[in-house]
Amino acid sequence: MAEERASIERSKEKWQNETLEPALRRAPERQERFETSSGIPVERLYTPADVATDYTGLGFPGIYPFTRGIQPTMYRGRLWTMRQYAGYASAQESNRRYRYLLEQGQTGLSVAFDLPTQLGFDSDHPLAEGEVGKVGVAICSLEDMETLMEGIPLDKVSVSMTINATAPVLLAMYEALARKRGLPLAALSGTIQNDILKEYVARGTYIFPPKPSLRLVTDVFRHASEHLPNWNIISISGYHIREAGANAVQEVAFTLADAIAYVQAAVDAGLPVDSFAPRLSFFFSAHNNLFEEVAKFRAARRLWARIMRERFKAQDPRSWMLRFHTQTAGSTLTAQQPDNNVVRVALQALAAVLGGTQSLHTNSRDEALSLPTEESVQLALRTQQIIAHESGVTDTVDPLAGSYFVEKLTDEIEARAGEYIAKIDSLGGALAAIQVGYVQKEIQDSAYIAQKAVEDKKRIVVGVNAFTVLESQKPQLLRVEPAIREEQMGRLRALRQRRDGPAVSESLARLRQAASGNDNVMSHLVACVEAHATLGEICDVLRQVFGEHKEAVVI
Amino acid sequence: MPDGKKIRVLIAKPGLDGHDRGAKVVARALRDAGMEVIYTGLRQTPEMIAEAALQEDVDVVGLSILSGAHMTLFPRIMKLLKDKGMEGILVFAGGIIPDEDVPALKEMGIRAIYGPGTPTGDIVDFLRQNVQ
Amino acid sequence: MEVATEERLNKEGRRAGPVLAKPRYITQNQSIGAKNSSQAIISPSLAESRELADRVLAGDRRGVARLISLIEDDSPEACPALALLYPHTGRAHVVGVTGAPGTGKSTLVGQLARESRQRGLTVGIVAVDPSSPFSGGAILGDRIRMQELTGDPGVFIRSMATRGSLGGLSYATGDAIKVLDAFGKDIIYVETVGVGQDEVEIAATAHTTIVVQAPGLGDDIQAIKAGILEIADILVVNKADQEGAERTVAALQLMLELNHQPQGWQPPIIKTVAVEGKGIEALSHEISRHRDYLQVSGRASLLRQHLAEEELWNIIRKTLVARIMDKLDRAELDQLIHDIADRRLDPHTAANKLIAQILE
Repeated sequence: MAEERASIERSKEKWQNETLEPALRRAPERQERFETSSGIPVERLYTPADVATDYTGLGFPGIYPFTRGIQPTMYRGRLWTMRQYAGYASAQESNRRYRYLLEQGQTGLSVAFDLPTQLGFDSDHPLAEGEVGKVGVAICSLEDMETLMEGIPLDKVSVSMTINATAPVLLAMYEALARKRGLPLAALSGTIQNDILKEYVARGTYIFPPKPSLRLVTDVFRHASEHLPNWNIISISGYHIREAGANAVQEVAFTLADAIAYVQAAVDAGLPVDSFAPRLSFFFSAHNNLFEEVAKFRAARRLWARIMRERFKAQDPRSWMLRFHTQTAGSTLTAQQPDNNVVRVALQALAAVLGGTQSLHTNSRDEALSLPTEESVQLALRTQQIIAHESGVTDTVDPLAGSYFVEKLTDEIEARAGEYIAKIDSLGGALAAIQVGYVQKEIQDSAYIAQKAVEDKKRIVVGVNAFTVLESQKPQLLRVEPAIREEQMGRLRALRQRRDGPAVSESLARLRQAASGNDNVMSHLVACVEAHATLGEICDVLRQVFGEHKEAVVI
Repeated sequence: MPDGKKIRVLIAKPGLDGHDRGAKVVARALRDAGMEVIYTGLRQTPEMIAEAALQEDVDVVGLSILSGAHMTLFPRIMKLLKDKGMEGILVFAGGIIPDEDVPALKEMGIRAIYGPGTPTGDIVDFLRQNVQ
Repeated sequence: MEVATEERLNKEGRRAGPVLAKPRYITQNQSIGAKNSSQAIISPSLAESRELADRVLAGDRRGVARLISLIEDDSPEACPALALLYPHTGRAHVVGVTGAPGTGKSTLVGQLARESRQRGLTVGIVAVDPSSPFSGGAILGDRIRMQELTGDPGVFIRSMATRGSLGGLSYATGDAIKVLDAFGKDIIYVETVGVGQDEVEIAATAHTTIVVQAPGLGDDIQAIKAGILEIADILVVNKADQEGAERTVAALQLMLELNHQPQGWQPPIIKTVAVEGKGIEALSHEISRHRDYLQVSGRASLLRQHLAEEELWNIIRKTLVARIMDKLDRAELDQLIHDIADRRLDPHTAANKLIAQILE
């Protein structure tokens, strides 16, 4: 081995002197130094001598530490799930869309909720003005959930819900609906995002302060481990952290630091780690820098396996596996020359697949301008299908393994993310690091550096700071009717008149009591929604008990 | 040391979306250009924005929104500013705002609209040139 | 009635605050006006000043906001307007809130303001954040913690940047408080920057000074040693639900005992959890009690005299410096500086010579 390395070094030196030097004298390189988006230096050439890893130790897919993937056959067995995030306007309209998608052969649904629903406001709340049905569907009550899922077999379709601060309430509605239909809860499968920590640093749709929020997360974990064995209880999200400006290393580090906080909170609440860890899932971004992104996914997988096995002493191999959904990076889409985005999305999607994702959402070309049209959503889906069926990258497991560059980057990202996690540990964990603004500051600094790099043309964005054209033609855009709020308000009024008022008050009073004490709030939430208490009413009670979070300004 | 007049800017996020990356990058760039930036955070109602602009006596209001509620919220903000006697204030906006909405927004007095990818230097220059 | 001991008086003497060299409100124009025998001349700016003062007294919020900006910007209209407002000031109770970053000052001020509103008082808030020493710009983010108050017509919040001042306030803070006072606010909360070691300036501005601590910041004892205890009328341990809160309280208690004054005001220690509104009522009660104490003990009038004297001297110093700067021949000054630097002349003689020359 050492002999081989020495021989490579000798050949490299010879190459440098005889071939490289004269070439450089004739024409210097484009830049003095090259680096990835995370600031990892990129060398001119990688050889076996550059990589510390002994590749016999790299391991195999499907076994610890899962660098090469979580299944032994990966996409030779089954392709990733092509799951496009959708949902807008009213429950009725979304329902029509979902049924159409299911008829087309899709087996999973991904529900997007509007902002008032995400923030625990009913559609008739003054702050909901202009927002109802805008970025997703408005769900205020069990009735809305019934409408949303009408004619959809809950025991056959896996449903993913992008919901965080109000995740326990929406999950309670879903469960109440299943009970009403007489379905066994074990038959339900799906995911709730339920990742509140990243809301404080990146996505902004928080309601309560971190501590009670973390307690709600743990309540969901416990409830699901007892009643919903096939439900993914959380989707720990680096996507939004990346979108807020973090680089690839930070995305891995801050996501896994959040994950550690959730696991620790649940363990502290008395849950055995293997009782819930196999139901944890992750959500990452796929950005532009192809090799760095592939390395990022591989590094994250290995890092998580080590954390779960060594730090939390998980025994079940499923607890060690980092299963993740990927979305292509929305922040890389440009409003200028929107068709260029199709190419960006294709490269990003390729990175996700080469990195071994379990499911993938590809963005539509017009999303920097507004909600996507049906045509662009279709094109985005076609992009995935072309990678899956035409490119050939799915025919072998972890095809980039063994590339000196990719292995070096994987090691480097793992090491650098590990340093961040150690730093966060020293601050007292993710929650404490968020409370003092450390994570936010790191992300914003990266965002600012990235912005300056574009402005100084140190980083080229095609169509934005180079290769620009005068643009006049704008693509067809989708708009949401403002009347949707009126309709939704009418339905709420009718519901409030129709329902049993005292039963609502009573269920809310019990919820208040549970929230003030240590009882698991989940069963009380189910009782509230069954009594037709609205999302806003339920969240008002929780707001009164828990208080509301105000962000720390970190700029 | 105080050096006379400083440009004061209110950066506000009306609507409910939590995407504040753009607002914060702009706030920081304006700070680095020597301006005083009052940052009021997420989920601001039109009333809160107009009143904060009044109390802080700002020269400029910058609005950032990505939720799509701009055609509902911006007219309300502009009317409230006018009602409070601040029609002279310079208002600019950023976020995800379709081109077809731009003429209507300019009509109601929003002076500049910046989409994704705008260099912050453009905003700094625009404010320096247009604040009396 | 308490007899003030020498030591106690010295403690009140802390309110003197640091001397500031910055000539304030003396712009080029104004200095020239002053040379021409000042106040008698009716300039357009004086008419403007009068209008501004009238607007403040008539309760016009925009007028208040405008005048504070003019004060901050050293505009010539500011001084005469303040002169007109002065007889209408002295009513408000001014509460200073200081403490290290991360102790939760803004949240605490927001909660105190809410509490004051519930008791029917009108509220002014001045929140100070640091200016960047590099660009001169600033990010002022304290309103985030006070969002709901923005819609309340009984509350007026103003954010200020330090603009080069180092004592935890900006040069214009004192006069901004006067404007809010004349505007009719019953109680005015002033939140300091909370970064410097030397945030004692607040005590030279406020009637009641609250020093906020929080557990787990590591250097709490350090901050206490740095003399911040000396200026505290009330000590607050915020985030009292966090680990280590009791230790912080105990440390403060010990410091107070070591510093014990046999008579007069004994600073209480109040535990709060500001985000949840816990302990705010008790804190508010202590503020009232301190205010009553100032009245009953006669300390209030003493304090007023003291603050007036300090302010007067500050202004005299600044004005004199400004006038001297104005009259000085730059070349002559440069020559003097050279001489001092080359040890041909000592600085005392040089200064005396200059002043004598100008006072003639």
